[in-house]
Amino acid sequence: MTGGVKILKAGFFTTIQDGGRFGFSKYGVPRSGAMDKLSYGLANLLLGNDKNSACIEWTFQPPVLHFFENTEIVLTGAEADAFLNDLKIDMYKKIRIVKDDILKFKSCRKGVYGYVGIRKGFSTSLILKSRSFYKSITSDYRLENDAVLPYEMSNIFDRQLSTISIPILFDSTQKLEVYKGPEFDHLSKDQQSFLFDNSFTISNTINRMAIQLEEKLYNDLPSMLTSPVLPGTVQLTPSGTLIILMRDCQTTGGYPRVLQLSEMSINSIAQKRMKERCSFKLI
Amino acid sequence: MSYELRYWQYSEKAILIEWPSVIDKNVLYDLLFYKKSIESFYGKLIVEVISGYNSLLIYYVSTIWKFYDTVFELKTLYSSNVLPGQQENRLWKIPVCYSPALAPDLNTFAKNKSLSVDEIIALHTAPRYTIFFIGFLPGFLYLGGLDSKLHLPRKNTPSLEVKKGSVAIGGNQTGIYPVTSPGGWHVIGMCPLDFFNPNTKEFTVFEPGDTIQFMSIKEYEYNDIRSKCEKDSFLFKPITI
Repeated sequence: MTGGVKILKAGFFTTIQDGGRFGFSKYGVPRSGAMDKLSYGLANLLLGNDKNSACIEWTFQPPVLHFFENTEIVLTGAEADAFLNDLKIDMYKKIRIVKDDILKFKSCRKGVYGYVGIRKGFSTSLILKSRSFYKSITSDYRLENDAVLPYEMSNIFDRQLSTISIPILFDSTQKLEVYKGPEFDHLSKDQQSFLFDNSFTISNTINRMAIQLEEKLYNDLPSMLTSPVLPGTVQLTPSGTLIILMRDCQTTGGYPRVLQLSEMSINSIAQKRMKERCSFKLI
Repeated sequence: MSYELRYWQYSEKAILIEWPSVIDKNVLYDLLFYKKSIESFYGKLIVEVISGYNSLLIYYVSTIWKFYDTVFELKTLYSSNVLPGQQENRLWKIPVCYSPALAPDLNTFAKNKSLSVDEIIALHTAPRYTIFFIGFLPGFLYLGGLDSKLHLPRKNTPSLEVKKGSVAIGGNQTGIYPVTSPGGWHVIGMCPLDFFNPNTKEFTVFEPGDTIQFMSIKEYEYNDIRSKCEKDSFLFKPITI
């Protein structure tokens, strides 16, 4: 039997995300998928789900949810006090949901992207092998108030005593591990060391496509032929802005690619807020 | 012809292969042939191979443990490449309505280039453009072959909304917007076809290496083809050349 969860309040920007839309980049389709794949993956792991099961991803401001049928959920990612019918519940732990439970949060304390995982995942429509929202691919690109998301109801609940904690994502002293980008060698020695000797500030231009940094790196790199890019690619624009491409980025780009973040570093930087700082080190 | 290639570890799971930095059909055919042999050699070990003008990005399913061994494997594959023979090319005829009523920038473009609308149509419909790769937006074709008389730098301030189907020129490139999006190119025509439909099995028909040619249509023909596309009854077939 199909259950449903109603979005009573959608919050700032809430979507459905899974592991991503793989195999369609050659047609120009972005990969999408959860911004912080570590937290997303842990939600599915704790629920015993398939690793690509769809979760709710909220941004900065958590949603209010009304569950119509029994199931179980796990909350991961950005930190916010969560309440089930006004009783406080833990993150990173399987929580039993019964018919007509209401999930609410207090405001988000740390991080940007929060995840609500559900047993067997949300069964919203599968487009090009993924349920991840993306404008022009899926009919919805964000969840609105009163939307109802389908899931498979379940009366099974095995109590789980273990919880996990992952302080690593919110550790601001941790340097982000990077590879040299394909155009790194076009930079002068001074420009190269600028990237590793300084720390950088997250600007107010942050979204699912990219994160811009405030500090500028002036350059006179020649323009290049459009070439493939990936999430985690750090591009350097002619005006000196460093742009870190994120999960919804285009599949190709024409700006020099100076660095490439490791998978883990993409997850870490996704959770950083405006004005927070970051620095890079070579793997 | 064999090229000097650069192999670069792009990330945990990706290797970038680069050809000399030129927009050239010979590079394209060499690259597409190598792409095919990589795909059949690795099969399910790779997610996909993505191409640019002069590059391939191989995205593996798992982390690459031994980069140099993998590159050795790839180099062996490249050197054992039998030269691609005369390829069978497909030509797509793309209907475009060059009417100021549908193309907001056509008149200013004509004034800017000191050309008449008829001259623009003649110059734009003459070449057979080569599809180098697909990127930027789902179904956006990167085309080579625009007549230099039609080159015009992008707008200083991009338009907030360029309509789906807009046929436009930016710098030395021409292209068709497959979905409505912001953009800085000059819109000189409107194409009634769907370039990308995620809800159909054949969501896009174009492949890198194919060629396309624009053909000028009247406004009533545009409306006719557009309504057929909306009813999914428009049959679109390439010409083999």
